[in-house]
Amino acid sequence: MTVRASPQRTARTAVATAVVSGVNRLSRALGRGSGTVVGGRAGLVVDPGLLAALADGRQVALVTGTNGKTTTTRLLAVALTGTGGPTPVSNDTGANMPAGHVAALAGAPDARAAVLEVDEGYLGRLIVETDPDVVVLLNLSRDQLDRIAEVRMLVDRWRAALAGLSPPGGAGVGTLVVANADDPMVAWAAASAPEVCWVGAGQVWHDDAVGCPSCGGRIAFGDDGRWACDRCAFARPDVAADVSGPDLMLADGTRLPIRIGLPGQFNRSNAAMAAMAAARLLEATGEAAAGAGVATALGRLAGVTEVAGRFSTVTRAGRPVRLLLAKNPAGWTAIFDLLDETGDPAAAVVLSVNARTADGFDTSWLWDVPFERLGGRSVVATGERRLDLGVRLRYAGVAHAVVDGPLPAIDHAVAGSSPGTTVEFLGNYTAFADLRRAL
Amino acid sequence: MSVAGRRLTVAVVYPDLLGTYGDGGNGMVLARRAAWRGIDVELLQATSDRPLPPADLYTIGGGEDGPQVRAATSLIEDGMLAERVEAGAVVLAVCAGFQLVGRTFPDAADRPHDGLGLLDVATAKGNGPRAVGELVAAPAHDAPHTATGDRLPRLNGFENHGGMTVVGPGSRPLARVERGVGNGGGDGSEGAWAGRVLGTYLHGPVLARNTALADVLLGWALAPAGSPAGATVELEGLDDHEELALRYERLEAVDGAGGTGWRSRWARMRTGR
Repeated sequence: MTVRASPQRTARTAVATAVVSGVNRLSRALGRGSGTVVGGRAGLVVDPGLLAALADGRQVALVTGTNGKTTTTRLLAVALTGTGGPTPVSNDTGANMPAGHVAALAGAPDARAAVLEVDEGYLGRLIVETDPDVVVLLNLSRDQLDRIAEVRMLVDRWRAALAGLSPPGGAGVGTLVVANADDPMVAWAAASAPEVCWVGAGQVWHDDAVGCPSCGGRIAFGDDGRWACDRCAFARPDVAADVSGPDLMLADGTRLPIRIGLPGQFNRSNAAMAAMAAARLLEATGEAAAGAGVATALGRLAGVTEVAGRFSTVTRAGRPVRLLLAKNPAGWTAIFDLLDETGDPAAAVVLSVNARTADGFDTSWLWDVPFERLGGRSVVATGERRLDLGVRLRYAGVAHAVVDGPLPAIDHAVAGSSPGTTVEFLGNYTAFADLRRAL
Repeated sequence: MSVAGRRLTVAVVYPDLLGTYGDGGNGMVLARRAAWRGIDVELLQATSDRPLPPADLYTIGGGEDGPQVRAATSLIEDGMLAERVEAGAVVLAVCAGFQLVGRTFPDAADRPHDGLGLLDVATAKGNGPRAVGELVAAPAHDAPHTATGDRLPRLNGFENHGGMTVVGPGSRPLARVERGVGNGGGDGSEGAWAGRVLGTYLHGPVLARNTALADVLLGWALAPAGSPAGATVELEGLDDHEELALRYERLEAVDGAGGTGWRSRWARMRTGR
């Protein structure tokens, strides 16, 4: 950010920044949670330009997409944290709208770099206000359709916002877009940006991408991950890096192992996206030599074993319970892959679904989730919308119990499964938070 | 008349284009409820890259604007759906699917496109904000009845659309809106039907939230070949306690959220009403 601030502007920003921390202290003292959002909101009322002012002078990376935002944001922040160097600031509580960004930035005035998770609907505003060095675009699929709008509406807004990025070699800092080439929706949006690093990060979910966003034709997906429209020239771009099983293959043939403490192929994809973004920032500051940034970044990720409680294991009634978050059909499908890849095939499963603002009010998406894959397991449905889940499981042919409350549901699963085995807990956004509070 | 051993083909129309809102669940509900009654049922996912297969019962779901136009164009060119409806096939069309079985519907830029004309309804862009939230509607007195001659119970589900649909004289409104927007054309109606074609804005999916309607469609599809529209067969009852528990919980959530006090406002905020 290179806006010249007037003295009045600076004074106002200083007051607003003080308001953010004051309100947050008050909120914490009153026991109303961490108060990040309420403080940020108060600050933005005092100074609507606060976000831009707080981002000014920092290296800024934005991370957005339907799934993997929080994890990738965390991995990117870790990748930028060198031994003994300053820690980047990040909105790691999941508050991913401007009030949350303001609160995070105001709380860390000395952080040189900011890694911000951004709600899909706010990417345009964040680009304008923070003039980012890097934008990471993970994937786009149906999620919270009552709030976020359909995929194609969103992708058109992204495309317009990315077209306005500063080009490399211009007056400002050029912005690099790190985009998942395997998702045609992301590719359509990112193709408008002046500089793109394409990564073959994989995308198992294709059900929102069959209609070509360019011409209305039909996108065909090959077995090798390539895709192309049957009517126009829109096709998978050539990539700078490709996730291939456990490794990241660079275009020059270098093969780098992705060693992370998080389970599942989709987390290796998140790590690859984070590493490609980190490389740009590390090489810009000279922390890594040109061409060495990706390896440096990947080397820093092994220690991350959980992200805001996700993928962590707790003990309940002497039994391990693994906590997994999934919010939409693509996310649940990826988590089922993870269960197949890393779990005990006989492990009992607790499913918890709410439908509050942050989850989306419409539970129809449950019918897009392949719950049939849980057949043969012991399954317990809970959460505020456990009755919707119960009906869905009935039509999936999956035997299940319906239990009120996440802890009683886990206890039910413990009682109904073999001693010593893990219980897998899968919750959507607020259902996952409810369980963490209850534990 | 026993239906056990009868054959039935259910096709979900273009799930690759019109599968955005979970309406593929309607096909699952129909297929399971038929199978539980001993019917030899086949459930087809009829994607848009192939000719539409012949079926006894078609479900069409909601989708985004661009894919909706492509689906309509492709179904008109294909011809199978209109041909099968002529021969007595049953159609359940939801949201974008409802709009495209009508005479005309708008695209994202508000240009009108031809629908299949299976229902006499016309959709234009609404002038207000999108209709988003729980919807409850009481079936019209002349709407389809159950095989035992009872009026269908109140319909409930979730609507999410920007279109405004007017029902013409060749079709009849399905229900009268109690909560929510529905067709949005000013007459308080929700959905439309004619012959064996039924359209609605309800997601949920609608047949999971209203199993009596699922059984009406199955009854129509299993009526002896050549019988007039409206002919049906009686199906044995199923253990629907989970579906009924969900139904009452949803209706209570919506009915309880009608007040103006803070409790109701809070309830509305939490349930999207």
